[in-house]
Amino acid sequence: MSAEVPAGSALAGSRIRARRLDAGVAQGELARRIGVSPSYLNLIEHNRRRIGGKLLNAIARALDLEPALLAEGAGGALVARLAAAAAAQHRPGAAPEEFAGRFPDWAALVDAQARRIETLEGQVSALGDRLAHDPELSASLHQVITAATAIRSTASILAGGETLDRDWQARFHRNIHAESLRLAESSRRLAGYLEAPGGDPGGAALSPQEQVERFFEAMGHHLPALEGARPAMHPSEIAAGAPGLDAAAQTLMKHRLESYRADAAALPLDEVAKAWQDSAEPLAMAARLGQPLERVLRRLAALPAGIGPPRAGLVVCDAAGAILQRRPLDGLTLPRGGAACPLWPLFEALTQPGRPLRAVARLPGESADSVLCCAIATIIPGADWDAAPRIEAVMLMMPQGAEPSGLPERAVGPGCRLCPRRGCLARREPSLLPRLGEEALTAPETPAIVTR
Amino acid sequence: MARRVLLIEDEPNIIEAVSFILSRDGWTVHTHSDGLSAVERVRAHPPDLVILDAMLPGRSGFDILQELRGDPATQALPVMMLTARGQARDRDLAMRLGATHFMTKPFSNAEVLDRVRALANG
Repeated sequence: MSAEVPAGSALAGSRIRARRLDAGVAQGELARRIGVSPSYLNLIEHNRRRIGGKLLNAIARALDLEPALLAEGAGGALVARLAAAAAAQHRPGAAPEEFAGRFPDWAALVDAQARRIETLEGQVSALGDRLAHDPELSASLHQVITAATAIRSTASILAGGETLDRDWQARFHRNIHAESLRLAESSRRLAGYLEAPGGDPGGAALSPQEQVERFFEAMGHHLPALEGARPAMHPSEIAAGAPGLDAAAQTLMKHRLESYRADAAALPLDEVAKAWQDSAEPLAMAARLGQPLERVLRRLAALPAGIGPPRAGLVVCDAAGAILQRRPLDGLTLPRGGAACPLWPLFEALTQPGRPLRAVARLPGESADSVLCCAIATIIPGADWDAAPRIEAVMLMMPQGAEPSGLPERAVGPGCRLCPRRGCLARREPSLLPRLGEEALTAPETPAIVTR
Repeated sequence: MARRVLLIEDEPNIIEAVSFILSRDGWTVHTHSDGLSAVERVRAHPPDLVILDAMLPGRSGFDILQELRGDPATQALPVMMLTARGQARDRDLAMRLGATHFMTKPFSNAEVLDRVRALANG
């Protein structure tokens, strides 16, 4: 191999220097081993000279490393997440790739902490949403404030210093007593409500959808008890036994499990496994199995290890773009709360219900992974004449291998605030990120969608 | 003749306390607790001023306010809204619908008296 290290590995020099120092090899010694001058190696290590494959291989051999470790550096996804974490802290000058390349363990720790912060912020946001919209919480707060109002106003009359006749005094004392009892009871209910179901302090801040999502994540998105011709359990039994769910989440969980069971009954594991082996293509599978594409997409994201795609993610949304269901693909998913990039095929499918869409989605960043997306939106008719239908879109995400797929690529982003792309017609708000180099893809003069 | 204030509120102990302080200040206080018939009550016996709770059984205070403002007979009637929810959007909604003043629970008696006097002199 004699080609130069590609542009994506422009910081290979930093990695070489870090690995050399880790190995305790002097710069002059390494230069001698690979047959270059120390000053030339110094230029390489400071990224002032591009390094060819032959020399890279020689350095890797001299340091007893895989050449790919020096050429590729840290994972693109990790670098992207570090960049986002730095941007969120208003540190545009941070160099995430160099940091991740030189200190991979610390980078992983920073990434883990950034994710934790994101989770906690999500919980705060969910709690805020609850405070604003949850009817039970709103009613409890109303009770507390009403009792406090009555007590304050009445006590203020009694403490006012003016003479009150005995009947009025007795009446106001009774009122204060009654309101204090109400305040105690409503405060107790409020405190109980804010405590997590099942004693889980994190659960109180989770929305019903997040509680259900957490359950499915814990189960690996596959439920053996609902599989087979005679499933071991009924969806309502599983919903009732799922830990840490509030009443709203229980209802949601039951619907999700019923949908799962319907998919499992229509697409038994052995049939899906065989169809996938014959043609790992969802639309061909749908035709062969005589089932709607959306069901096949959902099913492919709910299979046990060893059947179907090795890794798969899924997102389901309604006509308003609200995310109803998510299974992340290697940590990648779409955010809730209307912050998702509208260029994902999921949302385009909403504009053309019934039309299967396929696209390779590429996230920003030179070494970001590509994702093969298959999406379709369906119209579910109402039960009555003239009833408004329900529209739901489903998108399956699978890793797109390094080899070219032949499909056009589509630029998508993690959401405007964390997206560095310039000139994007879909941008809703400015990015927090600094401009991270030039992008080969700019979105989206022409939607890069393949339809079949 | 004493000026009349209509207190539209469904919490009995708040009604009693507010009625007491207003009566002591020289107002004739009428009370009404049902949201559904509140507008009819105003039309049947027009007061000089209305204190209107936002959360009432049957109909919200915001709906009642909107209907009062849509009727030429009650369009200019001073209305002070009370709410247990102090969010900005409730205040905005009340003011957009034509509330003369907005007060958040729990309020102080002095605050209520001052505002009622100010609205009546208006």
